[in-house]
Amino acid sequence: MTLSVSDVKRIADLAYIEIDDNEAKETLTQLSGIFNLIESMQAVDTSTVEPMSHAQSVVQRLREDEVTETDQRELYQSIAPQVEAGLYLVPQVIE
Amino acid sequence: MFNASLKQLSIQLAGKKISSTELTSEFLQRIQQLNPEYNAFITVNEELSLAQARAADQMIAAGQASPLTGIPIAQKDIFCAKGWLTTCGSKMLSNFVSPYDAGVIERFNQAGAVNIGKTNMDEFAMGSSNETSYYGPVKNPWDHAAVPGGSSGGAACAVAARLACAATGTDTGGSIRQPAALCGISGIKPTYGLVSRYGMIAFASSLDQGGPMAKSAEDLALLLNVMVGFDPRDSTSLQREAEDYARDLQKPLAGLRIGLPKEYFAAGMSNDVASAIEKALDEYRKLGAQTVEISLPNAPLAIPVYYVLAPAEASSNLSRFDGVRYGHRAESYSDLADMYRKSRAQGFGPEVKRRILIGTYVLSHGYYDAYYIKAQKLRRLIAQDFADAYRQCDIIMGPTTPTVAFNLGEKSGDPIQMYLSDIYTSAANLTGMPAMSIPVGFGDKNRPIGLHIIGNYFKEAQMLNVAHQYQLATDWHNQSPV
Repeated sequence: MTLSVSDVKRIADLAYIEIDDNEAKETLTQLSGIFNLIESMQAVDTSTVEPMSHAQSVVQRLREDEVTETDQRELYQSIAPQVEAGLYLVPQVIE
Repeated sequence: MFNASLKQLSIQLAGKKISSTELTSEFLQRIQQLNPEYNAFITVNEELSLAQARAADQMIAAGQASPLTGIPIAQKDIFCAKGWLTTCGSKMLSNFVSPYDAGVIERFNQAGAVNIGKTNMDEFAMGSSNETSYYGPVKNPWDHAAVPGGSSGGAACAVAARLACAATGTDTGGSIRQPAALCGISGIKPTYGLVSRYGMIAFASSLDQGGPMAKSAEDLALLLNVMVGFDPRDSTSLQREAEDYARDLQKPLAGLRIGLPKEYFAAGMSNDVASAIEKALDEYRKLGAQTVEISLPNAPLAIPVYYVLAPAEASSNLSRFDGVRYGHRAESYSDLADMYRKSRAQGFGPEVKRRILIGTYVLSHGYYDAYYIKAQKLRRLIAQDFADAYRQCDIIMGPTTPTVAFNLGEKSGDPIQMYLSDIYTSAANLTGMPAMSIPVGFGDKNRPIGLHIIGNYFKEAQMLNVAHQYQLATDWHNQSPV
């Protein structure tokens, strides 16, 4: 598989990480090496194997729909970058 | 005192030979004196540690002590601890004072243990040398030119240099066992699901597991007794009856069948490591164990499979760091998307970005089946290999790492070489099996070598027995660089 600089930029865009041209070029070299390593997976036939997503085959636990947490808004917002009147502030999204 | 076992310290505390306040002050002084050189701790908070020590002394006076009450333990900076700066080795969380305690921290607090400080680590636990930490590299106490391993490098250094009685670590691909091996200490990654992941900052959720790092297997057993337990706030926490992990320590090893995977004794392992492992196996034969050759044919695929699955899960987990509710936010930006992009570009280091990009790519449209599903299928084949192997043996052994600790800076420019230092360890994360490392000698430049012991699911007590019997017969674990 061959990656290009524009692929790297597209992935960075999907991941919401700003990347400049120089960084993209450098990243391309490193990612290409890593994907060569990963390619060795393709040598094994897995057509009859079920994917294993988890170490333990356990069923998702369910619980009663009850309130278990107390209101700690002030504590949690005390470490936020920007808050006002109990709300987290971000740049305007809707005109 | 700095070399005492947890059991010895517990007896001294219970017998009022020393108070937790005295013990804690001694360690804090030692950290103050030696940490500038080692950089094993990101945060030390004398006030918080001493308050815990005073509370422990009261518990002891009131006859409410348990084995770890009053004992200073270093916590990896991946565990959220209320009121403590919790950075996860990242600039992204350089201002994050945790508003809550992780499940593991709660359990240590309930036991009356003292948090002696938060240890340095690779950023978001992504690394094998502690060099990706935003807070600078950690030195290997055996040789200051060498890395301590990673990602729990600060923890391994703190235990080896006797800056803490024991430490916690986390292990996603070898992050407890590899630094334990490179720093000459003992460390165990328990079966996936035994130790709560609540408040343990997530890297790859299906692989991450917390565990203890200490001077001996006996100490590890006491630490596991505190760390293991069901936590309803972790959706993958297992509900099981409580066990005493020290219960089998004294059992003789006669008749134990040790499996030696031929794939782990192949090319790639350096001569000094091979010779130390062979001597350790001889010691086990003297103790009555027998060794059998086994095969894990898909084991060599563990690294490629790991470098698909771990980054995939990481790219999803790390999407929470967006500069909105906590963590780093860029100073200037044009709109919301630009704020995300700049905050993340500034807050994450190069290795973390690399892994997020790999993960984003393997999960993206058109590549999901070829990479992510393919890796999950191979994960099953690797697990099947281990299940087959356990029909022929009780426990599996091999080297923890292919070489002794490498030099600081030696591999930091070459991610693939760095990734290959987890070649023997990552399979236990993919399968969820427990695995540990114990010191078994020294190699090139007098740097430590670790023996890797992999057990079947929930066989921690047996593994600790196997490790403890070796430590009764040998002295490697008692050697210290200071």
